[in-house]
Formats: sequence, structure tokens, C-alpha cells
Amino acid sequence: MSKKEGSLGIIETKYFTFAEPPEEMPLEFGGKLGPITLAYETYGELNADQSNAILVLHALSADAHAAGFHKGEKDPGWWDAMIGPGKAFDTDKYFVICSNVIGGCKGSTGPSSPDPRTGKPYALNFPGITIPDMVHAQRRLIDHLGIEKLLCVAGGSMGGMQVLQWVAAYPERVRSAIPIATSLKHSPQQIAFNEVVRQSIMADPSWRDGDYYDYGQPEKGLALARMIGHITFMSDKSMEDKFSRRLKNGNFSFNFAADFEVEGYLRYKGDAFVKRFDANSYLYITKALDYFDLSGGKMIPPGKTVETRFLVISFKSDWLYPSYQSQDIVRQLKMRHVDATYCELRSTYGHDAFLVELDEMSDFVRHFLDKTFNGYEVRRAYEG
Amino acid sequence: MRVEPSLRLDYKIIYEIVEPGSRVLDLGCGNGDLLYLLARDKSAKVQGIELSDEAIYQCVKKGLSVFNSDIESGLVEYPDQSFDYVMLNQSMQEVTKVDFIIQEALRVGGKVIVGFPNFAHFAARWRLFFQGRSPMTKALPYRWYETPNVRSLSIDDFKEFCREKNLRVLRAYYLGENRLVTFWPNLLALNALFVLTKGDR
Repeated sequence: MSKKEGSLGIIETKYFTFAEPPEEMPLEFGGKLGPITLAYETYGELNADQSNAILVLHALSADAHAAGFHKGEKDPGWWDAMIGPGKAFDTDKYFVICSNVIGGCKGSTGPSSPDPRTGKPYALNFPGITIPDMVHAQRRLIDHLGIEKLLCVAGGSMGGMQVLQWVAAYPERVRSAIPIATSLKHSPQQIAFNEVVRQSIMADPSWRDGDYYDYGQPEKGLALARMIGHITFMSDKSMEDKFSRRLKNGNFSFNFAADFEVEGYLRYKGDAFVKRFDANSYLYITKALDYFDLSGGKMIPPGKTVETRFLVISFKSDWLYPSYQSQDIVRQLKMRHVDATYCELRSTYGHDAFLVELDEMSDFVRHFLDKTFNGYEVRRAYEG
Repeated sequence: MRVEPSLRLDYKIIYEIVEPGSRVLDLGCGNGDLLYLLARDKSAKVQGIELSDEAIYQCVKKGLSVFNSDIESGLVEYPDQSFDYVMLNQSMQEVTKVDFIIQEALRVGGKVIVGFPNFAHFAARWRLFFQGRSPMTKALPYRWYETPNVRSLSIDDFKEFCREKNLRVLRAYYLGENRLVTFWPNLLALNALFVLTKGDR
């Protein structure tokens, strides 16, 4: 049915810098930020009438590198199975942009970037940023790329929140939206997990009130934070399938080493994370997630509707962003008469499903985009 | 007039009923064949609600908008009169709260199209009376242990229901296997299609 899928090959991250002082970008909670650099990647070609641009947005710790390979690296981008020639986000048809977020540490301006006033990293002098601020910055990037209207904005988890915020802030610029495994707001349980994550970073003496850049990361705290995160990304079943009670070395050590494979996995993931993510960015971004709230009609105000079509996807085994949260999004869309599709996909992978359970999701995304881009094939079956 | 010859008789009738540009909600839309025709040929603004994953996938493949939900919980959020037509075609007999669903359907829609199999068809009567077996007909193909139907009703039962609940029947169609039935529908029709509105409307 679908043609052969291909790889995008070697991809380079690009950078867009804007909001140079005194034209800094105002922030939602007051204050200003500038200059701002956003890291982004693009795949495929923008068509002549600029109607084929898709913006893909990433989750908490990912980056602009969604697809293809960076030179010299053996692993592709984080959504490579979804983006490329012949794939769901078909780069033979569509121009796909993946934008990083402000507050991060993957090439965009964040707490580890130099503060122009001092030349030293911002650390905790970085202003509080929110999901609306992230989206505001992305809008500047889309302006810069000369795109008036996006064919689609898509993303999972925090990326899904950005999708919802795009519709809330710029509905006339979004033809369709695909929020996946996400929510209009964090529940107390989600805030609680984020708080434990933050406390584990801040309890590490190496955190030094955020001022650690001359000394090195608070490795213990950040690794622990990530271990907690990984537990919430998996499901009981996926952990059973992946690790069961298998032992790493065949026996119990009684010296608190990682006896079980699951312990080894979490330690490995924690240690790897320290090498690739800034602790202060983790603090800032988890707060942005917790503050996000488009519930109770804030996404589309009462008496208004949007032309944006929606494809809302959740996963049965995701207990971090449970299906009821996606159903809340759907409820809001029904109340506002928004054209929408909702599907709860069967997967045992928990919250991670949006990154790994891709076959069924690909089919949904492919057909949804096709309809958005081409409309119905009009062929009258009946003439009166 | 020319309609796709292979189209199911109930689909043909509904296809004729729905005016171009109508807003249509289909409760239990299955694989979306009918909604697709209404969207494509009549520029109807269509929305489906369906429980089966596989059916939802078939709908999305056709470019239709559909919610993965059961019928009972699918209507609450819709503001009053969000649709011109709400369809309950071959799905009413599969829900327990029939009264509630129809009231809700009439709240969110101007007209409700209800389609159901007739349990008083003579083949069903024959099986029950002469053979002492539970009813099966061409419209009731399931054996007792595999049927999705939880409500068993005849055409006359439904007419009485409409009178009791003050529902106005705008049109009623009685369907045989390939054509409409005009005589003794409660005995000879396999299926029925009613177009309802509120009694005071």
C-alpha cells in the first residue's frame, strides 16, 4: 500500500537567533528574554504556496534532531520512524520542521546559555518560562521561515502541550493538530512526580543553588531525577516484558549493587542522561509543564470555535498521561464543535508508546494528513 | 435517479433523506461507509462515534472524523442542537439506556434517524412459535450467545414507545431484504427506519 520508506540521510541542525536587545521577547510571567536562539531542523521541501509545512514538537528532554542522522552518529533522530520519505510525515510530500524549546540545553537559549549582561551562564537568573513562551518563540521561527499557515502541528507529551498551545494562541495559523499522549493540564500526581524529580536535583550539594557551571553537573541528583522519570514512562507490563526479575549477574549481592536488570537499566539511563542534559533546564522545563493549564475552556474560549482539525491519540497503558486526559481534550473540542478524531491505541509501552509504538499511529497520522492536505476525493455517486 | 447499486438499502434511504450541507452525527458509525458518502457527495459535515478500534481505523482511512467512545458517554458534551441529524442506525438495540440516548440525541440534533431490526418478523415468529427457538432472521443473524443486541423490539413496540415519550415520527420506512415493505410491516419487514423529532418541535 505505502511506498518504500527511506532515510533522510545526513541532517544538520540549524539555528535562528532573534529578539536581540532592546527588542527582547516579553515573557508570560513578566520579564523579557533576548537574544534568543532556537535550534531546529527541517526535512523535505516547502512547496510553492507554502501549504505543506508541518511543525513537530518534542517532549521534555528531546531536541530538534527528530529524523535522519547527524554526521558520525549511528542513532537517528528521536522520531525517525515517523518522519522521512514514504513515512507518516512523508518528506516527499511535506516540509517538516522540528523546533527545540527555549529553556532547554540542546542548542536553544536556556539556563546554561551565557547571560549577555555577565557573559556567564544564566543559571537561576534565567527567567521563568512557560509553554506559551516556548510556543511564542516557535512562532517567531515560523515567521522567519516565511510560513503563514502550518498544515499541521504535532507532538507527544510536552510536545502535545505545545500543540494545544499553538491552537490556543494562533488558531488561524494551524490547519490541523495532532496532540499525542498529552493533557490540558498536569494533575496533582504529575506535579508530584515532577516535584520529586526537582527535589532530587536540588538536594544534591553539587547543585549549588544552580550555580554549578564552573564545577560540573549535580550528577547524582540529575541521574536520580531521570531514574524516577523512566519509571513513569514505562508500564508494569512493559517492565515485566523488558526485565522481569532477571538478575544481572545471576545472584544477589547484598551490597546494594544493581542486582536486578531493571536496577541496572535505571542506573544506566540516569548516568547517560547526565552527559546529555542540563540539570537547571530540567528544573525550568518541569515547572513549565506543571504551570501549563488550558483546561476549562481556555484552549478555545466560550462562543468561539476553530477551523483546525484534530487528531487526538492516547495509549491504553499510559498511566503518566492517562487516556482520560486526552478525553478531556476531546470534550473541549466537542463543546466547541471542532472537527476531531480521537483514538485510544492499544499498547503496553506506557507513556513511552508515542516514541516506540509506531505502526498503528503511523497509519492514523498518514491518513489524517492526507485528508487535511487533499480533502475528499469528490466523485458524485448520485445525480438527481 | 442513480445510486450505487450495491449500497445497502438502509444507506440508500438515509442517503436520500439527508439534505446537502447537513451536520450529521453517526452513533455507532462502523467503518464509516455511509458517512463517507454523505461527506463526499452531499458536503455533509460528518462526525462518527464508534467503539471498535478496527472500525475507527477504517474511518480515518476514509478521512472521516470519529471518536473512540461508547454511545452512552459520547453525547454529554455537545451543546444543544449541534447537528441536523443524529443517526442511531442498527445501534439503538445495542444500548441499555435507550430512552436516555434518544432524548440526548434529540437534544443535540434536530432530527434523529433510528434504524433497528424487527423482532416480530414472521421468520422470528416462526422460529419461536413452531420451533421453540430464539429468533433469528436475515436482520437478526446472531445466535443467542453471540448477539450484541440487548434490546428486543418490534416495529409496533417502537411506535408505542414514540407515543409514550411524545416523539414525533416524521417518516417511517419498512425494509425487506432488497425493497421497501408496504403491507403488514410488523410481520413482513426485516428492519425499520424512523425519522424522529421532538413532539413539541
